[in-house]
Amino acid sequence: MAQDPAAFVTEAKGLRSLDVLVRGAKCASCLGRIEGAVGKLPGVETARLNLSTGKLHVAWRGVLAPRRVIEAVTGLGYGAAAVDAGASDTEKAREERALLTAMVVAGLATANVMFLSEPMWFGEDMDAGTMTMFRWLAALVAIPAALFSGWTFYASAVNSMRHRRLNMDVPISLAVLLSLALSLHATATGGAHTYFDAAVMLLFFLLIGRFLDARLRRRAYAAANALAAMQTASATRISTCGVAEAVRASDVRPGDMLVVAAGERLPVDAEVIAGASEADLRLVTGEVEPKATFVGQVLHAGAVNLSAPLRVRALAAADRSLMADVARLLEAGEQKKSSYRRIADKVAASYVPQVHAVALLGFVGWLIAGATLTQAAFVAVTVLIITCPCALGLAAPLVQVVAAGKLFKRGIYLSSGDALERIATVDHVVFDKTGTLTLGEPVLLAGEWSERDLQDAAQLARASRHPFSRAIVAAAGGGPAADQVSEHPGLGVEGKVCGRWARLGQAGFVGPKGGKRGLLFAFEGEPPVAFAFEDVVREGARSAIQRLQAMGFGVEMLSGDADERVARAAAAAGISVWTANATPQSKAEHLARLEAAGRKVLMVGDGLNDAGALANAHASLAPGGALDVSRLAADCVYAGGNPDAVVDAILIAREARGRMRENFGLAALYNLLAIPVALMGLATPIVAAVAMSASSALVTLNALRMSR
Amino acid sequence: MNVLLFMLPAAILLAGVALAGFLWSLKSGQFDDPAGDAARVLLDDDRPG
Repeated sequence: MAQDPAAFVTEAKGLRSLDVLVRGAKCASCLGRIEGAVGKLPGVETARLNLSTGKLHVAWRGVLAPRRVIEAVTGLGYGAAAVDAGASDTEKAREERALLTAMVVAGLATANVMFLSEPMWFGEDMDAGTMTMFRWLAALVAIPAALFSGWTFYASAVNSMRHRRLNMDVPISLAVLLSLALSLHATATGGAHTYFDAAVMLLFFLLIGRFLDARLRRRAYAAANALAAMQTASATRISTCGVAEAVRASDVRPGDMLVVAAGERLPVDAEVIAGASEADLRLVTGEVEPKATFVGQVLHAGAVNLSAPLRVRALAAADRSLMADVARLLEAGEQKKSSYRRIADKVAASYVPQVHAVALLGFVGWLIAGATLTQAAFVAVTVLIITCPCALGLAAPLVQVVAAGKLFKRGIYLSSGDALERIATVDHVVFDKTGTLTLGEPVLLAGEWSERDLQDAAQLARASRHPFSRAIVAAAGGGPAADQVSEHPGLGVEGKVCGRWARLGQAGFVGPKGGKRGLLFAFEGEPPVAFAFEDVVREGARSAIQRLQAMGFGVEMLSGDADERVARAAAAAGISVWTANATPQSKAEHLARLEAAGRKVLMVGDGLNDAGALANAHASLAPGGALDVSRLAADCVYAGGNPDAVVDAILIAREARGRMRENFGLAALYNLLAIPVALMGLATPIVAAVAMSASSALVTLNALRMSR
Repeated sequence: MNVLLFMLPAAILLAGVALAGFLWSLKSGQFDDPAGDAARVLLDDDRPG
């Protein structure tokens, strides 16, 4: 893939550095080999590979060409691509660090408060003065720790209240803050019980879940980015004084003049200024057949220039490089997805009012029964603490961590937790054709040609980047290339094969005979031979679709390609419902119709024309080779492109949803037992601590029950 | 029981030292690449040059 690493080099005080994403490095020997090979390059001062993120940081002095760093890594058999240093995942890394710090603070505080609480639970002969001292010490540790480490819960609770919603963080924050206040009051006035231990332990358990969740999401994000980085291109810009320089695609500004070499992908939308070539629009419109380009034509980002260099003018910066209707669809999809309510939030919304009503009832009941105000308040607060949503708060995140980990191992990278829940509820799957169910690359079909014809044609084909030429070369294998080859953009190639002039190309260029599709090959003055091509269905596509159909899913194909091609591909994949000639707009409309008919649709696609549909579907997946836009619009990215991943993702998501429901059931059952105990005023600190640990352990073990 | 007056603050101080140690290790990048650090133990670093 066309990428010039020079565009990604940063320089400070004569030290030039480059971050390279390395694929396939998993073990100590990979690490040693890669660092060794890069470290030996002239002038290199630092070469350090981070195995957790797959990023190799290289710093050197002198004139070493950045390309040699990439070559040193790829020469060892690993994938390598230069990436933007630092820009990618620092925010997620910061979030993870903050959660780790909060978790450790809560953990240390829990250990210390426990050690102070134990004598209070069991030391029956402790005098009042010693007891008070222990309590003040516990308060000294617990209050700052709980205020610091619970920050993420309080902020989220306040935020959700502001939007007049209830999420799980509201009862969590209430339980922590009320138990701290109650305990402080008891410490100051010599009251019966303090719950400092329960408050910090609750936070500690919940933070373990949050931290694991954040760490896994960051790894998935990095892995999905790595898939994308392997195909990001740099661009060649012509400056005003005519000098060509390599720049990052993200640095291209509207109006910049670019040169796109044959085989390069357009980094941004651009208008053709000079040159005649052919463009491969597979990722843009889903059409397999390349299209001839003309001066003044607007080519969209993602189109691949095939036969001759083109001079183009950039129309929009990389991040806005979209057809206008796709951009509109993406925006609509984003709004739709933000309105999705997660299972945990639904549970919280029904659970919180009930528990708070029970607490109020207990307060009033005890007052009527003749208790003092303090005693009644104590009962009400213990109801809130003991029904503390520890098990509820852990119920969903833990399952999510286990499920996302399972998906990660299969090369399926989840973008968010609610995506998992949405994938679990789909009942209809819509596939894009080109690149998703098919390889996206034409393959030579059997026809009226001999092996001799194929070998002769391959000599010419070896000089061309046209997808059909590549298919001929793939079928013919290795061999010599023709002499004096010239490529005629949009027509074909011409050259000397074994001393005789020959042509390979379109019907009008080679000879009059043949269909309008495919290629003709002829020696000068001889009748031409026709080659036909087909975009073949991926291995595993048929079995994946059969599995989906057996599970009761409606399966259909939606493509921007022509009728006959879509019909053939659908038949080969075993799909009976298909739509051809779809535009980005009509793809999204088609999904809206399905949704109006009560279907929950999972969209699987990779092209620019799929992005709108991916964003608007109930849930969506994109193969790793997808365009950036589509990858970002999808809930999930899967590596390798095998459609089996779609089935795996649905199965794992469904299992996860089952476990989540069980966990909420278990937590509800526990609350049913705990509430009467608290209402009777029997929830002593030791009862609260044991009940909380036991219920948390229960939901954790249930989450881990998910088969590995 | 007077020993408590000395022991309890000492225990809490120790926890504080542990916390400080953790924060330092986090800041110095020891949690940045757990997989790499596990692998690096196995490498010989007595390569010539």
